[in-house]
Amino acid sequence: MHSNKKIVQFNIMIVGTGGQGQITLLQILNQAAFIEGYDVKSSELHGLAQRGGSVEVHIRFGKEIFSPMVSQGKADLILALEMQETLKGSYYANSKTNFLINKYIVPIPAAKPLSEKEILDNLKKITKNIAVVPAAEICKEKLGTEVLAGVYLICLAVFKKLIPLKPESLLAAIKKIIPEKFLELNLKAFDLSRG
Amino acid sequence: MENILQNNSNKKIILLGNEAIVRGALESGVNFISTYPGTPASEIGNTFYKIAKDANVYFEFSTNEKVALEAGIGASFSGLKTLVAMKNFGLNVCLDALIPFVYTGTKGPTVIIVADDPSCHSSAQSEENTRPVGNLVHIPILEPSDPQECLDFTKLAFQISEKFKIPVMIRTTTRVAHQRMPVKIGEYELGIKNKGKFIKDVKRWVTLPPRVLEMKKELFEKIEKIREFSEKTKINKIEGDKKSKIGIITSAIPYLYVKEILKELNLNLPILKLGVFYPSPNKKVKNFIRKLKKVLIVEELEASLEQWVRGLAKDTNPKLQIFGKNLLPVVGELRPEIVASSIAKVANKKLEIETKSKIFAPKRFPQFCLGCPYWLVFNAIKKAVNPKEVVFGGDIGCYMLFGNPAVNMQDYLSCMGSSIGIAHGIKKATSQKLITFIGDSTFFHAGIPALINTVFNKSNPLIIILNNETTAMTGHQPHPAAVGVAEPIEIEKIVEACGVKNLKTIDPVNQEEFSQAVKDFLAKDEVSVIIAKRICIQIKK
Repeated sequence: MHSNKKIVQFNIMIVGTGGQGQITLLQILNQAAFIEGYDVKSSELHGLAQRGGSVEVHIRFGKEIFSPMVSQGKADLILALEMQETLKGSYYANSKTNFLINKYIVPIPAAKPLSEKEILDNLKKITKNIAVVPAAEICKEKLGTEVLAGVYLICLAVFKKLIPLKPESLLAAIKKIIPEKFLELNLKAFDLSRG
Repeated sequence: MENILQNNSNKKIILLGNEAIVRGALESGVNFISTYPGTPASEIGNTFYKIAKDANVYFEFSTNEKVALEAGIGASFSGLKTLVAMKNFGLNVCLDALIPFVYTGTKGPTVIIVADDPSCHSSAQSEENTRPVGNLVHIPILEPSDPQECLDFTKLAFQISEKFKIPVMIRTTTRVAHQRMPVKIGEYELGIKNKGKFIKDVKRWVTLPPRVLEMKKELFEKIEKIREFSEKTKINKIEGDKKSKIGIITSAIPYLYVKEILKELNLNLPILKLGVFYPSPNKKVKNFIRKLKKVLIVEELEASLEQWVRGLAKDTNPKLQIFGKNLLPVVGELRPEIVASSIAKVANKKLEIETKSKIFAPKRFPQFCLGCPYWLVFNAIKKAVNPKEVVFGGDIGCYMLFGNPAVNMQDYLSCMGSSIGIAHGIKKATSQKLITFIGDSTFFHAGIPALINTVFNKSNPLIIILNNETTAMTGHQPHPAAVGVAEPIEIEKIVEACGVKNLKTIDPVNQEEFSQAVKDFLAKDEVSVIIAKRICIQIKK
């Protein structure tokens, strides 16, 4: 602990709709980075915006971090819990940014949903680093609930080295942040993402 | 989760800005805490609500912010260490009590937390900047940038209050209150004292003329002493290369963006970082700008620091080029990339932002939860009237979402409790049909005087009190009629006592009954009230 400061800075955006657990994911990643001795800053929103609106949270860690917000075009990883929200996240993307996307659509009332192809065609204008994962479907099938898609995806991102943190730090963070009664399911999501 | 009560000094734990304020208050030995929930300040009350018993402190959710502050004033007069928390609009509500409190000053040290919400992430009504209140009220204001400063400044605020016998305000914003970072915590003693004593002292606690004018003189003397403190304190600090001819003056969250961008642009410019907004350290600023050619003031919302620096520069450095709101927006929160472009312009640096963000993203409005009882109210009204022929009044709560597409049932919206007051004015001015909505907690907060006014001055709006038995929008805090309250104050009895004759309580699941009541009451010559009573679906779960 408190020794391994390799990364100058790493910027993560998690985008999605209200109620998808962004703040819990943010807390887990904050804690995992903190365990590895990094400086950490994050920014989140509470209140009415969460009621089904768009919700984006910012997580930054590294040697010395000042701003809690990721700058335009400076995200290293954009994790989208909902496909259409990926487009909002694109504000933070550059040609090297990785997109990790939950294959999951929450319809917008009175609007025609964008197709997966339309969304991906747009993203491809920015970067080639796009991975779409049916996380909601996998979690529903294997764990009985799609709510775990977010935890599954951050674990997957760590195992696939899309986030430069160690799996054991993430595991310790999950144990610290997730309340006792939900812990077992979350640990299953961790194991499941290891593949 | 982290235990905010742990007594383990010099340890770092990750805290939210609002939690760090709670921790700072605990480490200061706070005894009495009052609040009315409002985002982005809500977690201060929520956290105290959870820990009050274990921490051996008194905590209450008051009926509104004015009452919360008045309760705090009483506790302070009785010698208790007091914290009052609210969002910016709450400060407007309690301003009447705050101004005389600054005249009388404190006995028990008192800190008032006020949270602004630039960009209105969780606020309707206005994008309020509370900082100018310092000059209006003459209350010292500290502005933390991050959770560590939230903790440290809360402790410092209690110390200033104790030393100068004056309430001290801490102004946060969403990006400070809802920022997380590892925070170094200190030691504290659990609830040292929770019984005070009010000692009579007419000269001190009674703001009656002519004494009140003496009090004002004393207040100004106090402020000048605090200004001396402001000149010396380390929280007004200068960093960076002091020989540079270009400098930056900043505070609060923009300070973090400035630090980030200077690092990114590999610039070493001097920064004057102000932790005290009021009273301002004039000498320190004059010394900072004396030898500069250019100064950039990086602040969010309306220019306050900039106007003050312009004033000081006239004598000190008349040739100084001052940049600020000519490069930065007055509306909306700052972001690091906005600050980057202003710094790059002033420092003649080239800025490369690689972005291809011109991508259309569909707009997603917040929605009522699945199973929310307000859907039922909306449906019943739609069945009873043609919405185009009725004026719909809105108020502050989840039901503001009546204004979003798919519902479109909100023709005006202002501040807490105003739906009824404005309804009365419209009914007096026109002969149009009018239905207005107000939530249970909002009714208690500021709706009751307005209801009495409609009865007293005789107008006939239809008021629908949406009683979901909780303060839903801010995270389900209790109120006087909330579920789980031991002896609830029934809204029906209050409405009756106000003199309302047309009153029905209906569970909106009974759609026909609800629609019929709407039709009947809209035809009445006197004010009518329907209490739509059905518990919030989030609590029912």
